[in-house]
Amino acid sequence: MSGSTIVFYLLALLSLVSAVLAVSTRQIFRAAIFLLFTLMGIAGIYFWMQYEFIAAVQIVVYVGGITVLIIFSIFLTQQAGDLLPKQKISKQLFAALAALSGFLLVVLQLVKNDFNATVETASSANIEAIGSRMLSTTEGGYALPFEVISILLLAAMIGCIVIAIPFKKSDDEDQKILIAENENYEKLFF
Amino acid sequence: MGVLEGLLMINPGLYQLLFLGTALFFIGVYGFLTRRNLISMLMSIELILNSVNINFLAFNKYLWPNNLDGIFFAIFIIAIAAAEAAVAIAIIINLYRNHQSIDVEQAAEMKY
Repeated sequence: MSGSTIVFYLLALLSLVSAVLAVSTRQIFRAAIFLLFTLMGIAGIYFWMQYEFIAAVQIVVYVGGITVLIIFSIFLTQQAGDLLPKQKISKQLFAALAALSGFLLVVLQLVKNDFNATVETASSANIEAIGSRMLSTTEGGYALPFEVISILLLAAMIGCIVIAIPFKKSDDEDQKILIAENENYEKLFF
Repeated sequence: MGVLEGLLMINPGLYQLLFLGTALFFIGVYGFLTRRNLISMLMSIELILNSVNINFLAFNKYLWPNNLDGIFFAIFIIAIAAAEAAVAIAIIINLYRNHQSIDVEQAAEMKY
């Protein structure tokens, strides 16, 4: 048993245990912190797989971005010290049964399946290779998906601003016009 | 039966990573089915997306090492997950402003 093996199992254990705690604890803030540990464990597994770039992206985007966003929205929407409502035992039981049977099904398929690895030599997955593949327009390049993702991120950003911006009725021109029209109708009919 | 030996082998490889990804996916499914709070459900979705990423990277590392396709799928999934989380949280905050609650049972009407 080498050091690398021990590190892998420790990281996998960390991820799994904190994932279970994140979906089962009744304090939502603790759930967010356990989710943070899970994401860190997964980033560690990416480091273990020697995909350093993905691990860095995972830490920056998930740990630094999404978890902080979730924690802020918890602060905005939950009262401090509130526990999440308890679920009915039957509901929990059925959910656990569904998850467990799905898990067993997939694991059985995994055990039965024999994967064939390619015989070609491995190419390095360093940042230089990733960057040149990302922007290449030749066959196997990812320039088009990259642009599509850029548009998607822009659309998501604008959408967030539009959705979450506070709606002030007094400042809204359309609302004023609507009110004026309503008054006109009232004058006409009454 | 070489596969079963591979699964029980002490050195972690493709099967251990796929097992980890499957376990995380169904933990996320369990959370998604039991939680009634929108933010908790969002956390479960993040778990599910992460398990998919683990699968893509494991396949890329062990079955397809001469290419980078798994890495690119993982990067795009992370980008889409970030966009999805931002939009979802904007909707949740707007919902809370209108209903003073982010419980899915009380959010039956989306149009205010």
